[in-house]
Amino acid sequence: MTAPDTGDRPPGAAADISSQSGLAAALTPVLTVAVSLLGLCLLWGFAANAWPSRAFPGPGQVGQVLLAEAANGDLFYHLGATLGRVAAAYVVAMVVGSVIGVLLGSHRSADRFFSPWLVLFLNIPALVVIVLAYIWFGLNEAAAIGAVAVNKIPNVVVTMREGARALDPSYAEMAAVYRFGPLERIRHVLLPQLQPYLAAASRSGIALIWKIVLVVELLGRSYGVGFQIYLYFQLFDVAAILAYTLAFVAVMLVIELLLVQPIERYATRWRRRPA
Amino acid sequence: MQPVGAVVPLRVDIAEKTFKSAQGVSITALQDLSFEVRQGEFACLLGPSGCGKTTTLRILLGLDKDFSGSFQLPEGGSNRIAAVFQEPTLLPWRTVEQNVRLALPKSLRTKNLDGLFDTLGLASMRSLYPAELSLGLARRAALARAFATEPAVLFLDEPFASLDERTAERLRHLLLTVWSARPTTALMVTHNLREALMLSDRIIVLAQRPAHVLGMFDVRLPRHYRNPQVMSDLLRSFHQKFPGVA
Ligand SMILES: Nc1ncnc2c1ncn2[C@@H]1O[C@H](COP(=O)(O)OP(=O)(O)OP(=O)(O)O)[C@@H](O)[C@H]1O
Ligand SMILES: [Mg+2]
Repeated sequence: MTAPDTGDRPPGAAADISSQSGLAAALTPVLTVAVSLLGLCLLWGFAANAWPSRAFPGPGQVGQVLLAEAANGDLFYHLGATLGRVAAAYVVAMVVGSVIGVLLGSHRSADRFFSPWLVLFLNIPALVVIVLAYIWFGLNEAAAIGAVAVNKIPNVVVTMREGARALDPSYAEMAAVYRFGPLERIRHVLLPQLQPYLAAASRSGIALIWKIVLVVELLGRSYGVGFQIYLYFQLFDVAAILAYTLAFVAVMLVIELLLVQPIERYATRWRRRPA
Repeated sequence: MQPVGAVVPLRVDIAEKTFKSAQGVSITALQDLSFEVRQGEFACLLGPSGCGKTTTLRILLGLDKDFSGSFQLPEGGSNRIAAVFQEPTLLPWRTVEQNVRLALPKSLRTKNLDGLFDTLGLASMRSLYPAELSLGLARRAALARAFATEPAVLFLDEPFASLDERTAERLRHLLLTVWSARPTTALMVTHNLREALMLSDRIIVLAQRPAHVLGMFDVRLPRHYRNPQVMSDLLRSFHQKFPGVA
């Protein structure tokens, strides 16, 4: 896409102008986000000034706590622990959920048999799974991560089952005629077709998982963002609670921008047609 | 040029193939269908739409095993089969060249494909994705994939359907060029009589559903003699032999 011709530029400057407008086009969404977030901060600061209270600190106070926690290293220690649990639970949930989902989507009788189980698991509250996991398997890391994964797996199964139902059999038949190996079939035929469903499951997955991880940490771990929030809840330190929350939200945003979106752009490069 | 491979022909002997529709109605698509294609021969299966041509090819490709009867594929050289489907069926997420190379057996993966791509006019399209190709180019890529595998037998299911006549004619010539460079036993499905007369050594004429063989029509003339004059003679004698067939 190129900007409309403004008319009053010297001849020969065409390339220069178009590259500038390309840069501007790339910066506009970033700028919009920045301005929008700044607006939210201003609103928050204004509200905190209007109703001063220990339970409602302004952005300045929260920023100070954030810097202090970052300076003594606590922030990164707890962020890292939580991030590690999120990543582990995500991988487990995606792998297990995808395998089950694809199997159910491609075997109708299995699907009919296991559908009630799926409905059951979809409706078990996260808290129940977490409590049971800690009772049965002890207050350890594996129980924590497993509990989070189990909460997420039914959602992944439902999404991937849809994906498997939408698979185009003509590609599988082509692969059979040309004798693709099993790994090649997964890599070149199956996964590219499932990619939109994997992306959808990932997106809703990460958001859900990190919220459940906080609960798991609160109930049975002695470090991590969830534990810190529980600690500061008992101390009634809202500024610290907000500092940890914002820090983790920021981390998730950065992951979305620097990891998820580039991967998705790469995976869907074949959909774009040159203009 | 001598045909490649040993002498076992393609032999088809399908007693019956029946489909059960969702409502429980059964449709007999093929009944007592038997024919042979000789080694290195280009044969066409000619029959009306819906008579069971695609069904036959699917059985021969091993994609449909629910039938009674038997068939034998040519052996020797490679035991590979190649197919050009009714749709190009290229993987949309792989480039033209990746699509071709993925179909190759491990031993041929790195082979030089320049000649094949040049002949088919795809030399500058190797790094394009299928969505960036016209239907005619996608069908060429599907031909490239089939011939690159150096198969023992090649199946084509109306590879030039839904193209305008000029493009289809260009592609028929390209098909003949690559096929003549390495004459493979080939079975092509079509309902276009002119196409069958132009390309094949022998035409296997099928009846309405359930498909069985009405008769054979041999075209012994070398292909480069089949000019418009000769083609209309061939058409006339075909119509004499098979008066009811379009
Ligand atoms: N999966 C299926 N289930 C039920 N009936 C089928 C199925 N596939 C094909 N048929 C029936 O078998 C018959 C032959 O179909 P087929 O696709 O082989 O025809 P065709 O000769 O290739 O036709 P066309 O020239 O239009 O491609 C048709 O009447 C069709 O209704
Ligand atoms: Mg057909």
